Amino acid sequence: MKIAVTEVEYVAHLARLALDEEEKVGFTRQLNDILTHMDRLSRLDTEGVPPTYHAIDMKNVFRADQTRTWLSRAEALANAPDQENGCVKVPRVVEE
Amino acid sequence: MANGYRIVIGLEVHVELRTNTKIFCSCANRFGAEPNTQVCPICMGMPGTLPVLNKKALEYAIKAGLALNCNIASFSKFDRKNYFYPDLPKGYQVSQFDLPIAHGGWINITGEDGQPKRIGITRLHLEEDAGKLLHEGTDAFSSLVDYNRAGVPLIEIVSEPDLRSPEEARQYLTELRNILRYTGVSDVKMEEGSLRCDCNISLNPVTTDQYGTLVEVKNLNSFRAVQRALEYEVERQAALLDSGCQVKRETRSWDDSAGVTRSMRSKEKAHDYRYFPEPDLVPVAVDQAWVETIRQDLPELPEAKRKRFMQDLGLPPYDAEVLTASQELAAFFEECLAVYDDAKTVSNWVMGELLGYLNQEGLDITASPVAPKQLGELLQLIADGTISGKIAKQVFVQVCQTGKDPQTIVAEQGLRQISDSSQLEGIIAEVLAAHPQVAEDFRSGKEKALGFLVGQVMKATRGQANPQLVNELLRKKLQ
Repeated sequence: MKIAVTEVEYVAHLARLALDEEEKVGFTRQLNDILTHMDRLSRLDTEGVPPTYHAIDMKNVFRADQTRTWLSRAEALANAPDQENGCVKVPRVVEE
Repeated sequence: MANGYRIVIGLEVHVELRTNTKIFCSCANRFGAEPNTQVCPICMGMPGTLPVLNKKALEYAIKAGLALNCNIASFSKFDRKNYFYPDLPKGYQVSQFDLPIAHGGWINITGEDGQPKRIGITRLHLEEDAGKLLHEGTDAFSSLVDYNRAGVPLIEIVSEPDLRSPEEARQYLTELRNILRYTGVSDVKMEEGSLRCDCNISLNPVTTDQYGTLVEVKNLNSFRAVQRALEYEVERQAALLDSGCQVKRETRSWDDSAGVTRSMRSKEKAHDYRYFPEPDLVPVAVDQAWVETIRQDLPELPEAKRKRFMQDLGLPPYDAEVLTASQELAAFFEECLAVYDDAKTVSNWVMGELLGYLNQEGLDITASPVAPKQLGELLQLIADGTISGKIAKQVFVQVCQTGKDPQTIVAEQGLRQISDSSQLEGIIAEVLAAHPQVAEDFRSGKEKALGFLVGQVMKATRGQANPQLVNELLRKKLQ
Protein backbone atom coordinates (compact mmCIF):
# COMPACT_ATOMS: atom_id res chain seq x y z
CA MET A 1 0.00 0.00 0.00
CA LYS A 2 1.47 3.36 -1.06
CA ILE A 3 -1.16 5.52 0.54
CA ALA A 4 -3.50 5.03 3.47
CA VAL A 5 -7.12 6.02 4.05
CA THR A 6 -5.93 9.06 6.03
CA GLU A 7 -4.28 10.49 2.90
CA VAL A 8 -7.43 9.97 0.89
CA GLU A 9 -9.34 11.80 3.61
CA TYR A 10 -6.80 14.65 3.51
CA VAL A 11 -7.01 15.08 -0.27
CA ALA A 12 -10.80 14.76 -0.17
CA HIS A 13 -10.86 17.55 2.39
CA LEU A 14 -8.64 19.80 0.23
CA ALA A 15 -10.93 19.14 -2.74
CA ARG A 16 -14.05 19.66 -0.60
CA LEU A 17 -15.30 16.16 -1.36
CA ALA A 18 -17.56 14.38 1.15
CA LEU A 19 -16.80 10.66 0.99
CA ASP A 20 -18.50 7.92 2.98
CA GLU A 21 -16.49 5.06 4.54
CA GLU A 22 -17.10 2.72 1.61
CA GLU A 23 -15.92 5.34 -0.90
CA LYS A 24 -12.81 6.09 1.16
CA VAL A 25 -11.80 2.44 1.11
CA GLY A 26 -12.69 2.13 -2.59
CA PHE A 27 -10.69 5.19 -3.62
CA THR A 28 -7.72 4.16 -1.47
CA ARG A 29 -7.58 0.83 -3.35
CA GLN A 30 -8.01 2.48 -6.78
CA LEU A 31 -5.38 5.17 -6.11
CA ASN A 32 -2.93 2.50 -4.91
CA ASP A 33 -3.54 0.52 -8.10
CA ILE A 34 -2.79 3.64 -10.16
CA LEU A 35 0.37 4.37 -8.19
CA THR A 36 1.52 0.78 -8.58
CA HIS A 37 1.06 1.12 -12.31
CA MET A 38 3.11 4.35 -12.21
CA ASP A 39 5.91 2.37 -10.57
CA ARG A 40 5.79 -0.09 -13.43
CA LEU A 41 6.09 2.81 -15.92
CA SER A 42 8.98 4.25 -13.93
CA ARG A 43 11.00 1.10 -14.57
CA LEU A 44 11.06 1.83 -18.33
CA ASP A 45 14.29 3.25 -19.72
CA THR A 46 13.43 6.84 -20.71
CA GLU A 47 17.02 7.98 -21.16
CA GLY A 48 17.05 10.63 -23.90
CA VAL A 49 13.26 10.80 -24.15
CA PRO A 50 12.05 14.39 -23.64
CA PRO A 51 9.41 14.76 -20.93
CA THR A 52 5.81 15.15 -22.01
CA TYR A 53 4.23 18.31 -20.69
CA HIS A 54 0.99 18.07 -22.58
CA ALA A 55 -1.17 15.30 -24.01
CA ILE A 56 -1.36 16.94 -27.41
CA ASP A 57 1.75 17.90 -29.34
CA MET A 58 1.01 21.59 -29.86
CA LYS A 59 2.57 24.81 -28.67
CA ASN A 60 2.18 28.59 -28.97
CA VAL A 61 -1.55 29.05 -29.32
CA PHE A 62 -2.15 32.76 -28.81
CA ARG A 63 -4.90 35.36 -28.86
CA ALA A 64 -4.59 38.93 -30.12
CA ASP A 65 -5.01 41.56 -27.40
CA GLN A 66 -8.44 42.75 -28.57
CA THR A 67 -11.44 43.25 -26.34
CA ARG A 68 -14.79 41.65 -26.91
CA THR A 69 -17.88 42.00 -24.76
CA TRP A 70 -19.57 38.74 -24.04
CA LEU A 71 -21.92 38.78 -21.06
CA SER A 72 -24.15 41.42 -19.59
CA ARG A 73 -23.86 41.75 -15.84
CA ALA A 74 -27.29 40.19 -15.39
CA GLU A 75 -26.21 37.19 -17.48
CA ALA A 76 -22.91 36.91 -15.62
CA LEU A 77 -24.70 36.78 -12.28
CA ALA A 78 -27.60 34.60 -13.42
CA ASN A 79 -26.12 31.43 -11.92
CA ALA A 80 -25.04 32.99 -8.65
CA PRO A 81 -26.89 31.57 -5.64
CA ASP A 82 -27.19 35.08 -4.22
CA GLN A 83 -26.26 38.59 -5.30
CA GLU A 84 -26.19 42.16 -4.05
CA ASN A 85 -25.16 45.46 -5.69
CA GLY A 86 -24.06 43.75 -8.88
CA CYS A 87 -21.81 41.37 -6.96
CA VAL A 88 -21.91 37.68 -6.16
CA LYS A 89 -22.86 37.31 -2.50
CA VAL A 90 -21.05 34.62 -0.55
CA PRO A 91 -20.72 33.65 3.11
CA ARG A 92 -18.26 35.99 4.75
CA VAL A 93 -14.65 34.90 4.62
CA VAL A 94 -13.05 35.50 7.96
CA GLU A 95 -9.39 36.48 7.84
CA GLU A 96 -7.81 36.40 11.25
CA MET B 1 17.31 47.00 17.65
CA ALA B 2 18.46 43.68 16.27
CA ASN B 3 22.03 43.59 17.51
CA GLY B 4 23.64 40.23 17.06
CA TYR B 5 21.19 39.03 14.39
CA ARG B 6 21.43 38.83 10.64
CA ILE B 7 18.22 39.98 8.94
CA VAL B 8 17.25 38.02 5.83
CA ILE B 9 14.45 39.36 3.63
CA GLY B 10 13.04 38.21 0.30
CA LEU B 11 10.16 39.83 -1.54
CA GLU B 12 7.39 38.39 -3.71
CA VAL B 13 6.00 41.11 -5.90
CA HIS B 14 2.86 40.80 -8.03
CA VAL B 15 2.44 43.24 -10.88
CA GLU B 16 -0.63 43.61 -13.10
CA LEU B 17 0.24 43.91 -16.77
CA ARG B 18 -1.23 46.82 -18.72
CA THR B 19 -2.73 44.85 -21.58
CA ASN B 20 -6.04 45.73 -23.22
CA THR B 21 -7.55 42.37 -22.36
CA LYS B 22 -7.24 39.68 -19.70
CA ILE B 23 -4.65 36.92 -19.86
CA PHE B 24 -6.87 34.09 -21.14
CA CYS B 25 -10.01 35.79 -22.46
CA SER B 26 -11.09 38.92 -24.36
CA CYS B 27 -12.59 40.83 -21.43
CA ALA B 28 -11.32 44.37 -20.91
CA ASN B 29 -8.49 44.80 -18.42
CA ARG B 30 -9.37 48.16 -16.94
CA PHE B 31 -9.32 49.40 -13.35
CA GLY B 32 -12.37 50.97 -11.77
CA ALA B 33 -15.28 49.62 -13.85
CA GLU B 34 -18.65 48.76 -12.28
CA PRO B 35 -18.52 45.32 -10.58
CA ASN B 36 -18.89 42.28 -12.82
CA THR B 37 -19.14 44.23 -16.08
CA GLN B 38 -15.83 42.90 -17.45
CA VAL B 39 -16.45 39.19 -17.20
CA CYS B 40 -17.17 36.29 -19.53
CA PRO B 41 -17.74 32.54 -19.28
CA ILE B 42 -13.95 31.94 -19.34
CA CYS B 43 -12.89 34.17 -16.45
CA MET B 44 -16.08 33.28 -14.54
CA GLY B 45 -14.97 29.63 -14.71
CA MET B 46 -18.00 28.24 -16.57
CA PRO B 47 -17.71 24.55 -17.44
CA GLY B 48 -16.65 23.76 -20.99
CA THR B 49 -14.80 27.02 -21.69
CA LEU B 50 -11.23 27.09 -22.93
CA PRO B 51 -8.60 29.73 -22.11
CA VAL B 52 -6.26 31.06 -24.82
CA LEU B 53 -3.08 32.97 -23.91
CA ASN B 54 -2.96 36.69 -24.74
CA LYS B 55 0.24 37.15 -26.76
CA LYS B 56 0.70 40.70 -25.45
CA ALA B 57 0.74 39.41 -21.86
CA LEU B 58 3.51 36.98 -22.81
CA GLU B 59 5.42 39.75 -24.58
CA TYR B 60 5.14 42.01 -21.52
CA ALA B 61 6.32 39.24 -19.20
CA ILE B 62 9.35 38.68 -21.45
CA LYS B 63 10.00 42.42 -21.58
CA ALA B 64 9.87 42.67 -17.78
CA GLY B 65 12.15 39.63 -17.52
CA LEU B 66 14.72 41.20 -19.83
CA ALA B 67 14.60 44.52 -17.96
CA LEU B 68 15.35 42.59 -14.77
CA ASN B 69 18.33 40.83 -16.38
CA CYS B 70 16.60 37.43 -16.39
CA ASN B 71 17.09 34.49 -18.69
CA ILE B 72 14.02 33.94 -20.83
CA ALA B 73 12.99 30.29 -20.93
CA SER B 74 12.86 28.83 -24.41
CA PHE B 75 10.18 26.42 -23.16
CA SER B 76 7.57 27.30 -20.60
CA LYS B 77 4.18 25.99 -19.46
CA PHE B 78 1.21 26.74 -17.23
CA ASP B 79 0.04 24.88 -14.14
CA ARG B 80 -2.99 24.84 -11.90
CA LYS B 81 -2.63 25.99 -8.32
CA ASN B 82 -5.59 24.50 -6.48
CA TYR B 83 -7.32 26.17 -3.55
CA PHE B 84 -10.78 27.31 -2.58
CA TYR B 85 -11.56 30.93 -2.06
CA PRO B 86 -14.60 32.88 -3.24
CA ASP B 87 -12.51 35.27 -5.36
CA LEU B 88 -11.27 32.34 -7.44
CA PRO B 89 -14.13 31.20 -9.70
CA LYS B 90 -12.52 28.00 -11.01
CA GLY B 91 -11.24 26.63 -7.69
CA TYR B 92 -7.71 26.96 -9.10
CA GLN B 93 -5.45 29.72 -10.30
CA VAL B 94 -3.64 29.27 -13.59
CA SER B 95 0.00 29.98 -12.79
CA GLN B 96 3.45 28.63 -13.62
CA PHE B 97 5.15 26.14 -11.33
CA ASP B 98 8.32 24.43 -12.51
CA LEU B 99 8.92 26.13 -15.86
CA PRO B 100 8.48 29.90 -15.37
CA ILE B 101 8.88 32.24 -18.33
CA ALA B 102 11.97 33.91 -16.81
CA HIS B 103 14.55 33.18 -14.10
CA GLY B 104 17.97 34.10 -12.77
CA GLY B 105 17.90 37.90 -12.93
CA TRP B 106 19.09 40.76 -10.71
CA ILE B 107 18.81 44.45 -10.03
CA ASN B 108 21.17 46.83 -8.27
CA ILE B 109 20.40 48.85 -5.18
CA THR B 110 22.74 51.05 -3.15
CA GLY B 111 24.16 49.09 -0.25
CA GLU B 112 24.87 50.49 3.21
CA ASP B 113 28.45 51.29 2.14
CA GLY B 114 27.15 53.43 -0.74
CA GLN B 115 28.37 50.88 -3.29
CA PRO B 116 25.98 49.13 -5.71
CA LYS B 117 24.61 45.90 -4.26
CA ARG B 118 23.20 43.24 -6.53
CA ILE B 119 19.90 41.67 -5.48
CA GLY B 120 19.12 38.39 -7.21
CA ILE B 121 15.79 37.61 -8.83
CA THR B 122 14.98 33.92 -8.56
CA ARG B 123 12.14 33.81 -11.05
CA LEU B 124 9.43 35.71 -12.86
CA HIS B 125 6.28 33.90 -13.89
CA LEU B 126 2.92 34.64 -15.52
CA GLU B 127 -0.39 33.99 -13.81
CA GLU B 128 -3.96 35.20 -13.59
CA ASP B 129 -5.23 37.57 -10.93
CA ALA B 130 -8.19 36.63 -8.71
CA GLY B 131 -11.40 38.62 -8.23
CA LYS B 132 -11.90 41.12 -5.46
CA LEU B 133 -13.72 40.50 -2.19
CA LEU B 134 -15.67 43.49 -0.93
CA HIS B 135 -16.80 43.48 2.66
CA GLU B 136 -18.58 46.80 2.89
CA GLY B 137 -22.27 47.35 2.27
CA THR B 138 -23.41 43.92 3.41
CA ASP B 139 -24.55 42.22 6.53
CA ALA B 140 -21.91 40.84 8.87
CA PHE B 141 -22.23 37.31 7.50
CA SER B 142 -21.62 37.96 3.81
CA SER B 143 -18.95 39.16 1.43
CA LEU B 144 -19.51 40.46 -2.08
CA VAL B 145 -17.35 39.39 -5.00
CA ASP B 146 -16.43 41.39 -8.09
CA TYR B 147 -14.82 39.26 -10.81
CA ASN B 148 -13.63 42.11 -13.05
CA ARG B 149 -10.09 41.47 -11.81
CA ALA B 150 -10.30 37.69 -12.23
CA GLY B 151 -8.06 36.80 -15.15
CA VAL B 152 -6.12 40.05 -15.28
CA PRO B 153 -2.55 39.16 -16.30
CA LEU B 154 -0.01 39.22 -13.49
CA ILE B 155 3.68 38.64 -13.25
CA GLU B 156 5.05 37.41 -9.94
CA ILE B 157 8.65 38.41 -9.29
CA VAL B 158 10.44 36.47 -6.56
CA SER B 159 13.69 37.86 -5.18
CA GLU B 160 16.53 35.88 -3.69
CA PRO B 161 16.85 36.24 0.11
CA ASP B 162 19.55 38.88 -0.50
CA LEU B 163 18.03 41.83 1.33
CA ARG B 164 19.59 42.55 4.73
CA SER B 165 17.45 45.37 6.15
CA PRO B 166 13.99 46.94 5.82
CA GLU B 167 15.72 49.89 4.14
CA GLU B 168 17.24 47.60 1.49
CA ALA B 169 13.80 46.08 0.93
CA ARG B 170 12.36 49.55 0.35
CA GLN B 171 15.15 50.36 -2.10
CA TYR B 172 14.69 47.11 -3.99
CA LEU B 173 10.96 47.71 -4.29
CA THR B 174 11.48 51.30 -5.45
CA GLU B 175 14.03 50.29 -8.07
CA LEU B 176 11.86 47.38 -9.23
CA ARG B 177 8.87 49.68 -9.59
CA ASN B 178 10.90 52.28 -11.52
CA ILE B 179 12.29 49.67 -13.91
CA LEU B 180 8.86 48.21 -14.61
CA ARG B 181 7.35 51.64 -15.05
CA TYR B 182 10.08 52.47 -17.59
CA THR B 183 9.29 49.34 -19.60
CA GLY B 184 5.63 50.37 -19.76
CA VAL B 185 4.35 46.85 -19.00
CA SER B 186 2.45 48.06 -15.92
CA ASP B 187 1.42 51.29 -14.26
CA VAL B 188 2.74 49.80 -10.96
CA LYS B 189 0.44 51.73 -8.65
CA MET B 190 0.40 50.21 -5.21
CA GLU B 191 -2.68 52.24 -4.21
CA GLU B 192 -4.66 50.74 -7.13
CA GLY B 193 -3.28 47.29 -6.46
CA SER B 194 -1.38 47.01 -9.73
CA LEU B 195 1.74 46.39 -7.63
CA ARG B 196 1.45 44.19 -4.55
CA CYS B 197 4.15 42.95 -2.26
CA ASP B 198 4.50 40.08 0.22
CA CYS B 199 7.62 39.80 2.36
CA ASN B 200 9.52 36.86 3.78
CA ILE B 201 11.69 37.68 6.75
CA SER B 202 13.83 35.72 9.17
CA LEU B 203 16.51 36.51 11.73
CA ASN B 204 19.46 34.37 12.72
CA PRO B 205 22.35 34.91 15.13
CA VAL B 206 25.37 36.36 13.32
CA THR B 207 27.39 33.47 14.73
CA THR B 208 25.77 31.08 12.25
CA ASP B 209 25.06 31.05 8.52
CA GLN B 210 21.86 29.11 8.97
CA TYR B 211 18.67 30.91 8.14
CA GLY B 212 16.19 31.42 10.96
CA THR B 213 12.49 30.54 10.86
CA LEU B 214 10.72 32.28 8.02
CA VAL B 215 7.70 34.50 8.58
CA GLU B 216 5.58 35.70 5.68
CA VAL B 217 4.02 39.16 5.94
CA LYS B 218 0.98 40.09 3.84
CA ASN B 219 -1.48 42.97 3.44
CA LEU B 220 1.15 45.60 2.64
CA ASN B 221 -0.57 48.43 0.83
CA SER B 222 2.17 51.00 0.46
CA PHE B 223 5.95 51.30 0.24
CA ARG B 224 5.90 52.77 3.72
CA ALA B 225 3.86 49.84 5.01
CA VAL B 226 6.46 47.41 3.64
CA GLN B 227 9.26 49.15 5.49
CA ARG B 228 7.29 49.64 8.71
CA ALA B 229 6.02 46.05 8.77
CA LEU B 230 9.56 44.74 8.27
CA GLU B 231 10.92 47.00 11.00
CA TYR B 232 8.18 45.75 13.30
CA GLU B 233 9.02 42.11 12.47
CA VAL B 234 12.73 42.69 13.11
CA GLU B 235 11.90 44.00 16.59
CA ARG B 236 9.36 41.28 17.28
CA GLN B 237 11.55 38.39 16.17
CA ALA B 238 14.66 39.78 17.87
CA ALA B 239 12.74 40.14 21.14
CA LEU B 240 11.53 36.54 20.89
CA LEU B 241 15.02 35.22 20.17
CA ASP B 242 16.56 37.38 22.90
CA SER B 243 14.25 35.86 25.46
CA GLY B 244 15.09 32.35 24.31
CA CYS B 245 11.77 31.75 22.55
CA GLN B 246 11.37 30.38 19.06
CA VAL B 247 9.90 32.25 16.11
CA LYS B 248 6.87 30.42 14.75
CA ARG B 249 6.73 29.71 11.05
CA GLU B 250 3.55 31.44 9.95
CA THR B 251 1.85 34.04 7.77
CA ARG B 252 1.19 37.38 9.43
CA SER B 253 -0.95 40.28 8.32
CA TRP B 254 0.13 43.92 8.67
CA ASP B 255 -2.33 46.19 10.44
CA ASP B 256 -1.36 49.63 9.21
CA SER B 257 -3.37 51.72 11.68
CA ALA B 258 -2.21 49.71 14.71
CA GLY B 259 1.33 49.40 13.33
CA VAL B 260 1.60 45.69 14.15
CA THR B 261 1.59 42.33 12.36
CA ARG B 262 -0.87 39.64 13.41
CA SER B 263 -0.94 35.92 12.88
CA MET B 264 -3.31 34.79 10.07
CA ARG B 265 -4.60 31.48 11.30
CA SER B 266 -6.76 30.89 8.24
CA LYS B 267 -3.77 30.66 5.91
CA GLU B 268 -1.80 28.06 7.82
CA LYS B 269 -3.19 24.76 6.63
CA ALA B 270 -3.88 25.69 3.04
CA HIS B 271 -0.34 25.50 1.66
CA ASP B 272 -0.89 22.24 -0.19
CA TYR B 273 -1.77 23.55 -3.63
CA ARG B 274 -1.44 20.25 -5.55
CA TYR B 275 0.02 21.91 -8.65
CA PHE B 276 -0.40 20.00 -11.88
CA PRO B 277 0.09 20.94 -15.55
CA GLU B 278 -2.80 22.96 -16.99
CA PRO B 279 -4.30 20.68 -19.66
CA ASP B 280 -6.36 23.50 -21.23
CA LEU B 281 -3.31 25.51 -22.30
CA VAL B 282 -0.55 24.29 -24.59
CA PRO B 283 3.11 25.02 -23.75
CA VAL B 284 4.94 28.12 -24.91
CA ALA B 285 8.16 27.86 -26.93
CA VAL B 286 9.66 31.33 -27.15
CA ASP B 287 11.61 32.09 -30.30
CA GLN B 288 15.01 33.66 -29.58
CA ALA B 289 14.58 36.13 -32.46
CA TRP B 290 11.39 37.43 -30.85
CA VAL B 291 13.20 37.84 -27.52
CA GLU B 292 15.87 39.90 -29.28
CA THR B 293 13.21 42.09 -30.92
CA ILE B 294 11.70 42.74 -27.49
CA ARG B 295 15.15 43.46 -26.06
CA GLN B 296 15.81 46.04 -28.80
CA ASP B 297 12.56 47.67 -27.82
CA LEU B 298 13.60 48.25 -24.18
CA PRO B 299 14.06 51.89 -23.25
CA GLU B 300 17.13 53.20 -21.44
CA LEU B 301 16.53 51.89 -17.88
CA PRO B 302 16.83 53.93 -14.67
CA GLU B 303 20.29 52.71 -13.67
CA ALA B 304 21.80 53.45 -17.09
CA LYS B 305 20.12 56.84 -17.15
CA ARG B 306 21.40 57.67 -13.66
CA LYS B 307 24.93 56.75 -14.68
CA ARG B 308 24.70 58.88 -17.80
CA PHE B 309 23.37 61.86 -15.85
CA MET B 310 26.26 61.56 -13.39
CA GLN B 311 29.07 60.74 -15.79
CA ASP B 312 28.12 62.73 -18.89
CA LEU B 313 26.29 65.64 -17.29
CA GLY B 314 28.23 65.80 -14.02
CA LEU B 315 25.14 65.69 -11.80
CA PRO B 316 25.46 64.57 -8.16
CA PRO B 317 24.00 61.11 -7.34
CA TYR B 318 21.06 62.67 -5.49
CA ASP B 319 20.01 64.74 -8.50
CA ALA B 320 20.42 61.77 -10.84
CA GLU B 321 18.21 59.65 -8.61
CA VAL B 322 15.43 62.22 -8.27
CA LEU B 323 15.40 63.06 -11.98
CA THR B 324 15.27 59.42 -13.12
CA ALA B 325 12.44 58.41 -10.76
CA SER B 326 10.20 58.46 -13.79
CA GLN B 327 10.86 58.47 -17.50
CA GLU B 328 8.63 61.49 -17.95
CA LEU B 329 10.54 63.55 -15.41
CA ALA B 330 13.87 62.54 -16.97
CA ALA B 331 12.51 63.44 -20.41
CA PHE B 332 11.36 66.84 -19.10
CA PHE B 333 14.83 67.47 -17.72
CA GLU B 334 16.53 66.49 -20.97
CA GLU B 335 14.19 68.56 -23.13
CA CYS B 336 14.85 71.52 -20.91
CA LEU B 337 18.57 70.86 -21.15
CA ALA B 338 18.29 71.02 -24.95
CA VAL B 339 17.17 74.67 -24.59
CA TYR B 340 19.45 75.65 -21.73
CA ASP B 341 22.69 73.77 -21.59
CA ASP B 342 23.65 73.87 -17.90
CA ALA B 343 22.74 70.55 -16.30
CA LYS B 344 23.09 71.54 -12.65
CA THR B 345 21.04 74.74 -13.03
CA VAL B 346 18.31 72.89 -14.92
CA SER B 347 18.38 70.15 -12.29
CA ASN B 348 18.04 72.67 -9.45
CA TRP B 349 15.04 74.29 -11.09
CA VAL B 350 13.36 71.00 -11.98
CA MET B 351 13.86 69.53 -8.49
CA GLY B 352 13.17 72.79 -6.67
CA GLU B 353 10.66 75.08 -8.38
CA LEU B 354 9.01 72.59 -10.72
CA LEU B 355 8.60 69.59 -8.40
CA GLY B 356 7.72 71.98 -5.58
CA TYR B 357 4.93 73.51 -7.63
CA LEU B 358 3.66 70.12 -8.89
CA ASN B 359 3.67 68.69 -5.35
CA GLN B 360 1.83 71.66 -3.99
CA GLU B 361 -0.82 71.38 -6.71
CA GLY B 362 -0.94 67.57 -6.53
CA LEU B 363 0.02 67.24 -10.20
CA ASP B 364 2.00 64.57 -11.99
CA ILE B 365 4.90 65.61 -14.23
CA THR B 366 2.80 64.54 -17.24
CA ALA B 367 0.29 67.25 -16.26
CA SER B 368 2.93 69.96 -15.79
CA PRO B 369 1.54 73.36 -16.76
CA VAL B 370 5.07 74.41 -17.73
CA ALA B 371 6.62 72.99 -20.88
CA PRO B 372 10.31 72.01 -20.73
CA LYS B 373 11.01 74.59 -23.43
CA GLN B 374 9.45 77.34 -21.30
CA LEU B 375 11.61 76.48 -18.31
CA GLY B 376 14.67 76.43 -20.58
CA GLU B 377 13.80 79.87 -21.92
CA LEU B 378 13.26 81.21 -18.42
CA LEU B 379 16.76 80.06 -17.43
CA GLN B 380 18.08 81.67 -20.60
CA LEU B 381 16.54 84.97 -19.49
CA ILE B 382 18.46 84.78 -16.21
CA ALA B 383 21.69 83.85 -17.95
CA ASP B 384 21.60 86.76 -20.39
CA GLY B 385 20.81 89.23 -17.61
CA THR B 386 17.27 90.01 -18.77
CA ILE B 387 15.82 89.14 -15.37
CA SER B 388 17.23 88.37 -11.96
CA GLY B 389 16.98 84.93 -10.37
CA LYS B 390 14.55 86.33 -7.85
CA ILE B 391 12.21 87.74 -10.49
CA ALA B 392 12.55 84.47 -12.42
CA LYS B 393 10.93 82.60 -9.55
CA GLN B 394 7.93 84.91 -9.75
CA VAL B 395 7.81 84.54 -13.53
CA PHE B 396 7.94 80.75 -13.12
CA VAL B 397 4.81 80.73 -10.96
CA GLN B 398 3.08 82.94 -13.50
CA VAL B 399 4.04 80.64 -16.36
CA CYS B 400 2.46 77.82 -14.30
CA GLN B 401 -0.70 79.79 -13.70
CA THR B 402 -1.20 81.40 -17.10
CA GLY B 403 0.62 79.09 -19.50
CA LYS B 404 2.16 82.18 -21.13
CA ASP B 405 5.78 82.12 -22.27
CA PRO B 406 8.33 83.68 -19.89
CA GLN B 407 9.33 86.34 -22.44
CA THR B 408 5.71 87.45 -22.79
CA ILE B 409 5.26 87.73 -19.04
CA VAL B 410 8.50 89.68 -18.65
CA ALA B 411 7.51 92.08 -21.47
CA GLU B 412 3.90 92.51 -20.39
CA GLN B 413 4.78 93.33 -16.80
CA GLY B 414 7.96 95.22 -17.47
CA LEU B 415 10.03 92.88 -15.34
CA ARG B 416 13.11 93.30 -17.42
CA GLN B 417 16.15 93.78 -15.22
CA ILE B 418 17.53 97.32 -15.19
CA SER B 419 21.12 96.96 -16.39
CA ASP B 420 21.45 100.42 -17.73
CA SER B 421 23.57 102.49 -15.30
CA SER B 422 22.05 105.79 -16.41
CA GLN B 423 18.64 104.50 -15.32
CA LEU B 424 20.00 103.44 -11.95
CA GLU B 425 22.11 106.46 -11.10
CA GLY B 426 19.14 108.67 -10.28
CA ILE B 427 17.69 106.08 -7.91
CA ILE B 428 21.07 105.56 -6.26
CA ALA B 429 21.44 109.28 -5.67
CA GLU B 430 18.00 109.32 -4.01
CA VAL B 431 18.84 106.39 -1.77
CA LEU B 432 22.13 107.95 -0.69
CA ALA B 433 20.40 111.23 0.03
CA ALA B 434 17.80 109.47 2.15
CA HIS B 435 20.38 107.53 4.19
CA PRO B 436 23.39 109.77 4.68
CA GLN B 437 24.39 108.09 7.96
CA VAL B 438 24.57 104.63 6.38
CA ALA B 439 26.62 106.02 3.53
CA GLU B 440 28.96 107.55 6.08
CA ASP B 441 29.22 104.22 7.93
CA PHE B 442 30.34 102.49 4.75
CA ARG B 443 32.89 105.15 3.99
CA SER B 444 34.34 104.70 7.45
CA GLY B 445 34.85 100.99 6.78
CA LYS B 446 31.57 99.27 7.69
CA GLU B 447 31.36 96.86 4.79
CA LYS B 448 27.93 95.61 5.89
CA ALA B 449 26.35 99.01 5.30
CA LEU B 450 26.59 98.45 1.58
CA GLY B 451 24.16 95.54 1.73
CA PHE B 452 21.51 97.79 3.24
CA LEU B 453 21.96 100.35 0.47
CA VAL B 454 21.79 97.70 -2.26
CA GLY B 455 18.58 96.46 -0.64
CA GLN B 456 17.10 99.96 -0.73
CA VAL B 457 17.87 100.30 -4.44
CA MET B 458 16.39 96.88 -5.16
CA LYS B 459 13.29 97.86 -3.23
CA ALA B 460 12.97 101.14 -5.13
CA THR B 461 13.16 99.23 -8.44
CA ARG B 462 10.76 96.47 -7.30
CA GLY B 463 13.56 93.93 -7.56
CA GLN B 464 14.33 94.74 -11.17
CA ALA B 465 17.72 96.35 -10.81
CA ASN B 466 20.69 94.19 -11.69
CA PRO B 467 22.10 93.68 -8.17
CA GLN B 468 25.69 93.31 -9.35
CA LEU B 469 25.50 96.54 -11.23
CA VAL B 470 23.92 98.32 -8.25
CA ASN B 471 26.79 97.07 -6.13
CA GLU B 472 29.38 98.40 -8.52
CA LEU B 473 27.70 101.76 -8.94
CA LEU B 474 27.28 102.24 -5.19
CA ARG B 475 30.95 101.48 -4.53
CA LYS B 476 31.99 103.93 -7.18
CA LYS B 477 29.72 106.63 -5.74
CA LEU B 478 30.94 106.07 -2.19
CA GLN B 479 34.64 106.12 -2.93
